[in-house]
Amino acid sequence: MPDIVNLPSWQPILPELVLALGAMVLLMIGVTRGDRSTALVNWLAILLLIAAGVLVGLQPAGKIVAFNGSFVLDDYARFLKILAIAGSAIAILMSVEFLAAVGKQRFEYPVLIVLSTTGMLVLVSAGDLIALYLGMELMSLALYVIAAIDRDDVRSTEAGLKYFVLGALSSGMLLYGCSLIYGFTGTVGFAGIAKATTSGSIGLIFGLVFLFVGFCFKVSAVPFHMWTPDVYEGAPTPVTAFFSAAPKVAGIAVFVRAAVAAFPGIVTQWQQIVVFVAIASIALGSFAAIGQTNIKRLMAYSSIANMGYALIGLAAGTSDGVQSVLVYMAIYVAMTLGTFACILAMRRPEGPVEKISDLAGLARTNPGMAFFFAMMMFSLAGVPPLAGFFAKFYVFLAAIKAGLYALAVIGVVTSVVGAYYYLAIVKTMYFDDPVAGFAPMRPELRFVLGVTGLFVLLFFVYPAPLVDAAAAAAKSLF
Amino acid sequence: MASWPILSITTFLPIVGALFIMLLGGEDASVKRNARWVALWTTLVTLAVSLVLVWRFDPTSPEFQFVENKPWLADTIKYHMGVDGISLPFVILTTALMPICILASWRAIDRRVKEYMIAFLVLETLMVGTFCSLDLVLFYLFFEGGLIPMFLIIGVWGGPRRVYASFKFFLYTLLGSVLMLLAIVAMYGQAGTTDIPRLMHYAFAPELQKWAWLAFFASFAVKMPMWPVHTWLPDAHVEAPTAGSVILAAILLKMGGYGFLRFSLPMFPLASVDFAPLVFALSVIAIVYTSLVALAQEDMKKLIAYSSVAHMGFVTMGIFAVTTQGIAGGIFQMVSHGIVSGALFLSVGVVYDRMHTREIAAYGGLVNRMPLYAAAFMVFTLANVGLPGTSGFVGEFMTLIGTFRINPSVAFFATLGVILSAAYALWLYRKIIYGRLEKASLAAIRDIGPREMITLAPLVILTILLGVYPRPVLDMSAASVTALIDSYHHAIGGTKAALLGF
Repeated sequence: MPDIVNLPSWQPILPELVLALGAMVLLMIGVTRGDRSTALVNWLAILLLIAAGVLVGLQPAGKIVAFNGSFVLDDYARFLKILAIAGSAIAILMSVEFLAAVGKQRFEYPVLIVLSTTGMLVLVSAGDLIALYLGMELMSLALYVIAAIDRDDVRSTEAGLKYFVLGALSSGMLLYGCSLIYGFTGTVGFAGIAKATTSGSIGLIFGLVFLFVGFCFKVSAVPFHMWTPDVYEGAPTPVTAFFSAAPKVAGIAVFVRAAVAAFPGIVTQWQQIVVFVAIASIALGSFAAIGQTNIKRLMAYSSIANMGYALIGLAAGTSDGVQSVLVYMAIYVAMTLGTFACILAMRRPEGPVEKISDLAGLARTNPGMAFFFAMMMFSLAGVPPLAGFFAKFYVFLAAIKAGLYALAVIGVVTSVVGAYYYLAIVKTMYFDDPVAGFAPMRPELRFVLGVTGLFVLLFFVYPAPLVDAAAAAAKSLF
Repeated sequence: MASWPILSITTFLPIVGALFIMLLGGEDASVKRNARWVALWTTLVTLAVSLVLVWRFDPTSPEFQFVENKPWLADTIKYHMGVDGISLPFVILTTALMPICILASWRAIDRRVKEYMIAFLVLETLMVGTFCSLDLVLFYLFFEGGLIPMFLIIGVWGGPRRVYASFKFFLYTLLGSVLMLLAIVAMYGQAGTTDIPRLMHYAFAPELQKWAWLAFFASFAVKMPMWPVHTWLPDAHVEAPTAGSVILAAILLKMGGYGFLRFSLPMFPLASVDFAPLVFALSVIAIVYTSLVALAQEDMKKLIAYSSVAHMGFVTMGIFAVTTQGIAGGIFQMVSHGIVSGALFLSVGVVYDRMHTREIAAYGGLVNRMPLYAAAFMVFTLANVGLPGTSGFVGEFMTLIGTFRINPSVAFFATLGVILSAAYALWLYRKIIYGRLEKASLAAIRDIGPREMITLAPLVILTILLGVYPRPVLDMSAASVTALIDSYHHAIGGTKAALLGF
């Protein structure tokens, strides 16, 4: 019997309950008041997410296992839940302008993001394969719809459809993996699986591989990344901003938890898979991004590479490694949201633009935005003293400590390749002659860019809170 | 006063100035003027503060002084600052050259002045921080952070091929540095600390020493730059604005040599012994080969850039000889080269501002119209040649003596470089300054004005002063150099004894 803590069983899932019920209420408001209520629903959704975030923060410390082991609430889950909620809330905030446009007022949009976030929270806390699958499907189904939210736009519809078909395929593989694991261990609980897998039988390894395929798809790691550039490019930009942050956090979270909590006995077996996936993601993400001209597509490859770096931490398979993954994801979310705040601000009177060449001479037409954008790029390239450097530093520290020297060397050398295309954006903004400027940045984008920009710039001054919180969260997994 | 964190003040004062400039607003012309003056005053005050460092520094002690140690990133990675006799000369060199750079950019930079001054002040913070930090991660932060402002300086205010040059500069340096980062991480994993003073006395396993030495070498050799990874330097120099070239030659290159002294020798003594022949070989090739290349240049800045590579060859050779003269000479040569090459780039900038070409063939007979300039340029040329009585001589001579005691043939070949340097430097001087003023375009060229005089005069004085009386620099570093050599021989001797005993 798993250790059931004697608590009212609803308390550990209070934030999830609040989000789920809140989403229903928002839906009702939308249904009764129609599309006029979009702005209201939007702001209420942000408030709802903030409330859920506060509830997560208020939950008692320590490890709580509920629902017969299906639901685990520990420091690790709390850390990632707050990160995912923050990513979702900021994504909704950045969508205000998009949703205010004529013909785009869809109140379903914030509701779907809230539902998707609920799925993420369940996913992060999943203690067995059933909860894992439920959370992942709740998250993903909402994502498919959001990708196609701009239903009159061919690209958006195509993105949604593509995402759905490939996502369904990956869910199938994930389920197949789950069934194999269940078949060979006789249990779906992570703790039970861990007990049963002291040695890797071939059937179990098969199940593990299929499970990992599903995860790789969700975090868009090579070789299951193919959907990413198309979906990133096709989906409306605020949706892309959302995709690049919170779902990635949840995906990495469940990847790490499943690997570490359910399969600690066969680390050496799954380690090589993760090493391969990490190297392939970094390499493909870095090299393929070089030729891109569309900034959203470029960010898709950038996110593939970034997931590769985060997976280096998992490949280490140690507490340090998990800590580095958490630090990496927190900093990645800040960097990617800041970058998308800039991309969303790329608006001319005739409409939004998304070519890299449209940024030419931004340093003269809009110096403030160019400065923060450039800092995001340098940070993504991993140049100190910006936050992105620390993210990579911890990841490589974990890899070296775990003896993964080749992985570390390949990782840093490829990061130089990656630096090239980030620099190319800085070059476009600073060295090239200006083209027509953009419309002034909207206040909410300015707010997001300011907060993330200062975080990235000044992280080095006082990094201890994040690093310590990540360390505590990582310890709770071991 | 004793409790003031004087090193942090020196390091971060320029950033404060940069923030001030950032807040400047109003009319374009007044913003430009104010940005220049704020930058100048900031660098002057920073220089004054750093002179307090010299005044309060105890040169008889090899210990780190003005130490600040505060918790920062986790328990083991600290904000640890301090200077000793090896780093202090570079701190002063940096703070002393900055006002000169600002003055040299006074009229030459007329576009986006505000951003330019901010970039320079941020760069100053990062450079001073590099020399002051006593924690590997902190060091790396400053060391690499310098790439961002320098990338922008070359790319925004540079010449026609600035984009190529800035990318080459950035990516070359980054590639070297990320390998060093891995070594830093590996050392942290092994020793459990990134505290430089503690790592200097930590005996790393020979295998790790070998790899870590190579990784650090990758970074510092690119920075230095050593043959064959020097090719970014001529491009960067040619395209950078004058003050950018000065900083690049005078300070950024010195980070490589400083790195060898601070990390490679004390932390990896065994690997240093093993790899010394490699360094010697590369140094000699650099000295002879790049001197020959310099002879064939048609662009003034390129010629000086190649001569920089050759002069840095003396430094690496002296450092890895690990004799008192070699290392002290290496430090002196770096300081001297910082002054002389900086001054040479400024001199090129003087005529470039007037004629907007750096081609040697476009000049000739300048002595007729610019006697003061000719005199100043001569001092720097002779110092570049290494004429006794100038600072250039002391460093080259000491490194040659120091190396001769260890490896006479290396010293012999390196001496050829002295002759070659005379050939290219004097050839450059003759082409530009001597002869009749025949070119019509030069007929109305003006001699240096008061502002240029102020920038060049201190460098002339320092070049001659340090040539005649080099003791201020040598005394400052003597105790630390002795301590470094002692601990180095102790480490090697200890291992040798252990091997014999075994």
